Amino acid sequence: MHELPQQLANGLALGALYGLIAIGYTMVYGIVQLINFAHGEIFMIGGFGALTTYLMLPSGTTLLVAIPLMIIGGAIASVTVATAAERFAYRPLRGAPRLAPLITAIGLSIVLQQLVWGFYPDAKKPLSFPEFGGDSFHLLDNLYLQRADAFILVLAPLCMLALGMFVSKSRSGRAMQATAQDPDTAKLMGINTNRIIVMAFAIGAAFAAVAAVAYGLDKGQIGWEMGFLLGLKAFTAAVLGGIGNIYGAMVGGVVLGLAEALSIAYIEEIPGMQQLGGGAWANVWAFVLLIVVLLVRPQGLLGERVTDRA
Amino acid sequence: MTALLEVEDLRVAYGKIEAVKGISFSVEAGQVVTLIGTNGAGKTTTLRTLSGLLKPSGGRITFDGKPLGNVPAHKIVALGLAHSPEGRHIFPRLTIAENLQLGAFLRTDKAGIEKDIQRAYDLFPILGERRKQAAGTLSGGEQQMLAMGRALMSQPKLLMLDEPSMGLSPIMMQKIMETIVELKAAGTTILLVEQNAQAALSLADQGHVMEVGKIVLSGPGSDLLHDESVRKAYLGED
Repeated sequence: MHELPQQLANGLALGALYGLIAIGYTMVYGIVQLINFAHGEIFMIGGFGALTTYLMLPSGTTLLVAIPLMIIGGAIASVTVATAAERFAYRPLRGAPRLAPLITAIGLSIVLQQLVWGFYPDAKKPLSFPEFGGDSFHLLDNLYLQRADAFILVLAPLCMLALGMFVSKSRSGRAMQATAQDPDTAKLMGINTNRIIVMAFAIGAAFAAVAAVAYGLDKGQIGWEMGFLLGLKAFTAAVLGGIGNIYGAMVGGVVLGLAEALSIAYIEEIPGMQQLGGGAWANVWAFVLLIVVLLVRPQGLLGERVTDRA
Repeated sequence: MTALLEVEDLRVAYGKIEAVKGISFSVEAGQVVTLIGTNGAGKTTTLRTLSGLLKPSGGRITFDGKPLGNVPAHKIVALGLAHSPEGRHIFPRLTIAENLQLGAFLRTDKAGIEKDIQRAYDLFPILGERRKQAAGTLSGGEQQMLAMGRALMSQPKLLMLDEPSMGLSPIMMQKIMETIVELKAAGTTILLVEQNAQAALSLADQGHVMEVGKIVLSGPGSDLLHDESVRKAYLGED
């Protein structure tokens, strides 16, 4: 158990990453009941936007200056693609049976992957991404925090706090809640619900870009396929936390991240389970957790039971 | 004087099925006009078309001198037409105060909004007592009060009320009807859709009876109330 603090820190950092991406799934679902399966690719495009921005900076730019610019560049790319997808792929299908936009989302996900694979210079293999230099922070004798982990552990709560304030306090946030709860009645109040839907896609995409920068800084490389599994995990986090609930997305992300980190470290120590531990089985345990939670709480950890609408 | 709302030969269809088959009526400023009729007569469809949630397939709607047919729903309330929908449709997870504020979504006069929220609390004291409570926790009648209060928050030239008495206890129904009388006395122009024909006709200046998408009978409320065919069909007399 000596390494427990370290495992918890690793799990929290991973969970914060899942949570940031999960926001995009949960906001869009909360408002238009669409599972945007292309959101993993929106995250990936955020990473490529950030890398492109970095490559355009004069050489010798310090990371302290580069990172904010990379986040902005990544967000411009991801928000542009996400809002274009909403406008041209999803909006024409509003009112169509649920399956139609879902299939569209899956198709869009493949198209975006292939476009980056085919047209981004040298993207057929992983591209190197700037990394934090310097030592990790030595917090306790048994706890080292990597700079990339510290980065996301600071940024994710800030993003969540800002989003929470926006949704509960601002005029647009109030309109967003109204649209999620009853879109037709929101229109009767004078709310332009199309604008609110675009806003939900844009916020999710911007958060995904922040996550992509954090991911790149941690791994030191990005690639066209990076959104697939991470997107799936983030979607899992959103469902785990209660899809449609923005705090649920973060809670689901953290729970999932911790479960993965702890399963990697401790499952193999359980007698008779040696073969089921380690990194190879982390995804299995993540999905086992999802299944167990949904059996007990189908609406997710923070989800509300859907009541009948009169 | 031209009417505040002029509906001419309005038609509305769901796919191939025509729910409103060419109706015409008007509402003058200061009047209470009611549409009565059984379920499926097209009353709610008419109101939803007036507020832009449905698109007409034919005919003309003129409100305050402007044509409405192709104005998107979210721009209608700005013209002065407020709609309290059937089934109340309050925002259940927002508080009562937040619901009322959303009714004034397009207004920018903060002081005026506060004053009107206070007025809604005066009109319905129970809303004031529970202002911080989630609207979904209110009883049906209280939700109806909130829906009406919310519609009034836009300071409408015309208030459309769809089945305000639906599913309410007799006491609550009476309270809602009294409120409509109060609003009328204060000069509010109202288009009222009701299945409770007795109550609606006794307070309306003008009434229209709808049957399967058409207006079959029109006249002053008191005349319709005493019309034999109306009494037979809607007031349960034989």
